[in-house]
Amino acid sequence: MSLASDSIALLGKELHTEFCSRELLTTTIVFILVVIVLFSFTFDPTSTESHRFGPGLLWLAFLFAASLMLQPCFLREQTNDTLSALRLAVRDPFAIFLAKLSANTLFLLLTELLLLPIFAVLYDIPVLRVFPSLLLVFFLGSLGVSIVGTALSAISAHARMRELLLPLLMLPVLTPVLIASTEATAALLDPHPSLRWDWLGFLAVFDAVFLTTLWLFGEYLLEE
Amino acid sequence: MKRIVFAGLVVFLLLAAAGYAAFYVAPTERTMGLIQRIFYLHAPSGMTALVAFFLCFLGNLGYVFSRKDRWDWLGVSAAEVGLAFCTVVLVTGPIWAHPVWGIWWAWDPRLTLTAVLWLLYVSYLLLRTLVEEPQRRALVSAVFGIFAFIDVPLVYMSIRWWRTQHPQPVVFGGQSSGLDPKMRMVMFLFWGALLALMALLIWVRYRLEALRADVDALRREVESP
Repeated sequence: MSLASDSIALLGKELHTEFCSRELLTTTIVFILVVIVLFSFTFDPTSTESHRFGPGLLWLAFLFAASLMLQPCFLREQTNDTLSALRLAVRDPFAIFLAKLSANTLFLLLTELLLLPIFAVLYDIPVLRVFPSLLLVFFLGSLGVSIVGTALSAISAHARMRELLLPLLMLPVLTPVLIASTEATAALLDPHPSLRWDWLGFLAVFDAVFLTTLWLFGEYLLEE
Repeated sequence: MKRIVFAGLVVFLLLAAAGYAAFYVAPTERTMGLIQRIFYLHAPSGMTALVAFFLCFLGNLGYVFSRKDRWDWLGVSAAEVGLAFCTVVLVTGPIWAHPVWGIWWAWDPRLTLTAVLWLLYVSYLLLRTLVEEPQRRALVSAVFGIFAFIDVPLVYMSIRWWRTQHPQPVVFGGQSSGLDPKMRMVMFLFWGALLALMALLIWVRYRLEALRADVDALRREVESP
């Protein structure tokens, strides 16, 4: 019970910090927008072509954006020297991770939802009819990205060249999420859409496995 | 020192015997011909790399729970040696694939897995070079190593599902399922030799890491006022 209440209190703090400045969200949205527009120059953005490349492109853009967005997650605590205060404030250090990864999942999901209509218009892909299913894929995928990304941003915060290091650590580990989310999204955006439960199940397993790993080993990353 | 020289000699003889067997004892494959012999180096290297990465994982777990430096030394030594074997796999694979498949590389599950594995452990070693403080470096790299190792089966599963839904671009040859008994024997002999080589390399690398830690400790003692 203490874990849940601690996490919710910290989540409130994370959301408050972000919504005061909205720096992270704005920058990430613009970044993904730039990537989506630039991608159109690398292939012929006609309807048939974008059906083939679209889902992968979308998820690659999300992954790259996440690797930038998760950067300040622990760095902010380090530069302000607030990590020890956080550790003293909670009974279980896992609450810190839980709060941060929930906040990151929310931010990612929010950016994805804001960009989806723009993507649909630019690449002529109808998304409205499969929207609820798409939301499920986005949620499970973003959760996986946030779990791994939050843990690894706690690691990279201690290193030199951390801005480059985080994507480097994060992207190979997230290969399964990229494959599963892309495949599930592609099946939904197909002219004959289908909800791929096998890939959704896979994403859920990925999320569960890494959440457990983080629960077991995360506290070691917060040691001073 | 004497022990290392002796062990090195044993490993050299084993490798020489395995090399001889691969060229002269194993029969020539009917369709692929001579080039198939690279298989005796290729497949056992892959298996050896997996053993080394598992040792690295054990080292990482050991460090997280016991905080003894020697587990960290095992982790880094095993990762480096495993990466070397993984590189051998990635280099010998295309050399074999080009004449047999007609292409250097195919995005087949096993190839893709090896490539991702290579990237994961390169990041592990890179992370180690970028964290200054020894204790911190050992701890964060151990946790990353655990994440990376747990990721391996998930990567494999996802790639398999993903690729089996598409037709295979080429016929995959050289499976151990249809292997001639003599070929199988040579392969296991080679694997034994490579495992011995791996053990020797990890041992030497481990000693180096231990010496390095000693030097670091002495340097800090001298520099501290």
